[in-house]
Amino acid sequence: MPAGAARESRGSRVERWSFYAAFGVLGGAAVTLLAAPTVIVLITSFTSAYTLKFPPPGYSVRWYRALWESSPEIVAAAVLSLKVAAAATAIAVVLAVAAALALARQRAAWARILDSVFMSPLMLPLLALGLALLVLFSRLGVELSLTTLVIGHVALTAPYILRTTTASYVQLDPTLLECARALGARPWFAFRTVTLPLIAPGIAAGAFIAFMASFDNVAISLFLSDARSEVLPIRLWNIIESSLDVRAAAVSGVLIGATAVLALVMERIVGLSRHVR
Amino acid sequence: MTRGGPRLAEAWQLVLPLTLFFVVFVFAPLGLLGLVSAYNEPELRTMGLAQYAKFFGDAFNVNILVQTLSLALKTTLLAIAIGYPLAYLYTLAPRRLQRVLLLVIVLPLLTSAVVRTFAWIVILGRLGIVNSALQTLGWIDAPLTLLYTPTAVVVALAQIEMPLMVLPVITALTNIDPNLTQASAVLGAGRWRTFWAVTLPLSIPGLLAGCLLVFAAAASAFVTQTLIGGGRHMFMPVYIYQQAIQVYNYPFAATLAVILLVSVLAVVTVVNVLGHRSRGFVHG
Repeated sequence: MPAGAARESRGSRVERWSFYAAFGVLGGAAVTLLAAPTVIVLITSFTSAYTLKFPPPGYSVRWYRALWESSPEIVAAAVLSLKVAAAATAIAVVLAVAAALALARQRAAWARILDSVFMSPLMLPLLALGLALLVLFSRLGVELSLTTLVIGHVALTAPYILRTTTASYVQLDPTLLECARALGARPWFAFRTVTLPLIAPGIAAGAFIAFMASFDNVAISLFLSDARSEVLPIRLWNIIESSLDVRAAAVSGVLIGATAVLALVMERIVGLSRHVR
Repeated sequence: MTRGGPRLAEAWQLVLPLTLFFVVFVFAPLGLLGLVSAYNEPELRTMGLAQYAKFFGDAFNVNILVQTLSLALKTTLLAIAIGYPLAYLYTLAPRRLQRVLLLVIVLPLLTSAVVRTFAWIVILGRLGIVNSALQTLGWIDAPLTLLYTPTAVVVALAQIEMPLMVLPVITALTNIDPNLTQASAVLGAGRWRTFWAVTLPLSIPGLLAGCLLVFAAAASAFVTQTLIGGGRHMFMPVYIYQQAIQVYNYPFAATLAVILLVSVLAVVTVVNVLGHRSRGFVHG
């Protein structure tokens, strides 16, 4: 029955069309929602006005200039944040890469348990950990300093590095290592010349994500930084909460630009997005 | 020992430094937090459950906990509603577009949450894009108060935490054996029916993983809660901060932190158990 067949195929065409239209529209809306706020902040940061009015009445770079020329406290906070993130990431790379090498191919229960323990800071309210560390340091009579801040940040950065390193180590073909050993390479030499070059992109991707997480962290820094040292996200939070100063938009603009550039560079070098999934 | 992995003795040496770090700087402090919460007064003189009695005896406190958990739940549901179609769109897209989409999803995750919260202040503020659009259209005379409402917090948080939902769902969707959806099509099911009967159930493990991440993040999102919620809407994180840093009542702050921690862990555990069930369902 040709007529029936035509009707059926029309029905299935409508069915298919409605399916792709629904996901195209909803998914497209989600993409817009994901990207639009960042773009709006970026545009607002070039306003010439004293308010966060959007769209801006005129455009200028005055707030960027104000940031650079007359905001030493914001620049100091940014420098401190960079220091803390760099130190915490460096320490976490050493600790987490070693742990990942040990745990990645172990199927025993203890290894699985340790792995989920090390990943737990991603699930815990970090605020609780921040307060807990503050209590620990004050009980021990340790004064808050850059060191205490870095310690708190190591706990929050380690899981990211552990995850990406484990993932790339699991993908590594074990026969490569067996070949190296069969050819007489000692374990350390085999690690340096075979394992490390192959898992380096995973480590780098994890370290980058960890660095950004530390740079952005408020929950732990809130409790562990002393009165003199304020990290950038807390400084920014203070500005936004107290005065809605337009310099906050300029700081945001700098952070958005730097993040985008770094992420694209990391995408080219180590295939960042592959390691995030 | 498994093939290619280090021997057990070596494995222990490699894993020991991070283990020690976690024992000293994660578990010891959290244990101490529990201990401090079991003191009756801020001067830490006598032990007892006075802080917990104070928390659960006062409807004000319990309400803050309920508001926090309900905020996290609503945020999670909204993140599913927006994020799932995006994850599915990713699997439909051609390979070149997939790379771009993935970058669009990952970039916000790397961008400061303070900045992304600030974006919502610019959008929802009195001079923001929503108010100026409505005024231009002549639908309102005076700017609406969109900020500092619980709904604004949910919307902003769902947008901010959405990538945490999308990424695990994408992983689950791309791991589905294409033979299964093809079989469904060959057997006569349309695209919608295949989606509801095959694809969606098979993606549940990823969906649950995303839910956990979003729920935990939303429950402790100090920055977004304070900046978008304003002073009138209190949630657990800022309450903890106030009690510790402004009031110096460490036992009560510790109690609040323990209660938040236990609540989030309880939800995580329940969802994990459900997740194992659903994986059994997927393979069975």
